[in-house]
Amino acid sequence: MNGAIVLSGLCVLVAACAPQTRDASVGAGLPANLGLGAAATAAQVAAVDVEVGPDGAGLPAGSGTPEQGKSVYLMNCATCHGNDGEGHPPLAPQIIGGPRGSFNFANDPTMTRTIGNYWPYATTVFDYVRRAMPFGAPRSLTNDQYYAVTAYLLEREGIIQPGTIMDAKSLPAVQMPARSHFVVDDRAGSMGGKAVR
Amino acid sequence: MSHPQRPISRRSMIAGTAAATGGALLAKLPLPETADARQAPSAPALPAVGDPTKAPGAPTTAVGTRSPFVEPKRAPVGDVSGTTLAPLQDLAGTITPADLHFARIHSGVPTIDPAGHTLLIHGLVDRPMTFSVDDVKRFPAVTQIHFIECSGNGRTAYRAPRPDMTPQQVDGMTSQSEWTGVPLSLLLRETGVKSGAKWFLAEGGDSCLLARSIPIAKAHDDALIAWAQNGEPLRPEQGFPIRLLLPGFEGNTNVKWLRRIKLGTEPFMTRWETSKYTDPILGGKARQFSFEMDAKSIITSPAYPDRIAAPGWRAIRGLAWSGRGRITRVDVSTDGGASWQEAGLRTPAMPKAHVRFELPWRWAGNNSFLMSRATDETGYVQPTMAELRAARGPATEYHFNCIRGWRVARDGSVTFEANT
Repeated sequence: MNGAIVLSGLCVLVAACAPQTRDASVGAGLPANLGLGAAATAAQVAAVDVEVGPDGAGLPAGSGTPEQGKSVYLMNCATCHGNDGEGHPPLAPQIIGGPRGSFNFANDPTMTRTIGNYWPYATTVFDYVRRAMPFGAPRSLTNDQYYAVTAYLLEREGIIQPGTIMDAKSLPAVQMPARSHFVVDDRAGSMGGKAVR
Repeated sequence: MSHPQRPISRRSMIAGTAAATGGALLAKLPLPETADARQAPSAPALPAVGDPTKAPGAPTTAVGTRSPFVEPKRAPVGDVSGTTLAPLQDLAGTITPADLHFARIHSGVPTIDPAGHTLLIHGLVDRPMTFSVDDVKRFPAVTQIHFIECSGNGRTAYRAPRPDMTPQQVDGMTSQSEWTGVPLSLLLRETGVKSGAKWFLAEGGDSCLLARSIPIAKAHDDALIAWAQNGEPLRPEQGFPIRLLLPGFEGNTNVKWLRRIKLGTEPFMTRWETSKYTDPILGGKARQFSFEMDAKSIITSPAYPDRIAAPGWRAIRGLAWSGRGRITRVDVSTDGGASWQEAGLRTPAMPKAHVRFELPWRWAGNNSFLMSRATDETGYVQPTMAELRAARGPATEYHFNCIRGWRVARDGSVTFEANT
């Protein structure tokens, strides 16, 4: 009897001290699996597994050069982004040709952020252009065309040399000038506090 | 309310460009053809009002409408890639009516049949699985009140303020709803999580497949797969049929039209966490993965274009919120920060939620400078504009949580004052 009281008192204490996680409050008492949902087939995954990581994971077969990319760009991109990537902001931003040199974006509102002066990963260019462009018909080009237009933009920004072939191996190896400027959130360790950061 | 100065129309600029260049692609986009198409239809004439107690009124209808005497509106409208702002000055309490919730869309609002929509969870899981919308709704659900704020909220007020800005134009990219959904952690119990999974990619089913990388800890903390908003299914602009809800995190991470979650070891470095939604800061750096929305507040009444009719008592009202927890205190100044009074919190202070504050005030008919200053449970105090510019730089790109000001002139007119 006394033992039971002590035990239940302990439970209350433990419960009061335990972190109030979602699993504890909502999933408590449920079996580990509810049997909802269905196993995903390889085809279901392949149909939507489009992202490309900074290490090149997810890059498809295929390749392209800046020279091949120029015609792809002029045919599919220049209408909105301009023949020289100057853009029609804000809907179609300038994408190449931004000022280089100091990374002074926090002080100078006139500095345009473009691929060459701001994008930290070359893989993001391929991922985003294939994911979302052309705006009116996303994912309508071939992987070779996406490699080629990526190569063209990188070459126009002076990051790769003319004639360089971009493919699943060479693209992740491209070093972007802005890479070293990025830092993870350092606003008081993302934990609030009194300091303005 | 009125908008004396209509913002420059993106649509008219683009349409003009397309016409000038003979742009075939742009011409195919579903854009209104002229700037006039953006203008809201003119208000219908108000009904003649007799004595409503002398004759029966109107019959019931299937779907209610607002009083013809009330016309809150989002603005601007008509962009396929853009933002429409919530009319903060027209709202009371803390819940934003779903049809007035601000919307940031990157390539239009998709039309999705829920019967054909599935959520795939794969990557570093034990069992890659798909969940139909019905499956998602069969899980235990929670209902919670949270704000969503775009981290670009307040950019114009920070970079290029004007006295004739309304609360809507200053900070209209925040809204609050009661959200219903399943904790993401429960879905991950079904799939299992492999050791080494530190981040997950959340991807939407709009035409740009908007995608963000999120630390897995958020999934085990308070992330929801939401399927209802303010008691009804999500609105299409808010992600129908399902969206990710990450309480307190910047709006863009709350991925709408959610179709895929992929677990991985590292962030995936999508465009929306590299080229966009990163914050240039002083010292030649750019801050990345700045998820939490810092504590913030804004007085929504009185505010431009209000004109206080006469000296006397009135309430100063506004909203305060923090992405890091509860608001614990809001102070209000009527003399430009020389002195502060603690305002009352008129709604429960819930974590990562708007709270309504209020300070009864007797306007003496003099020049006044109103400000509000929020404090959250971490002890963080909303900074002034000068403090934020000193900390982040005058041209930083996101997270503009500085104190907002309103000047009241002797004639009762109220104008926006950004410099606090």
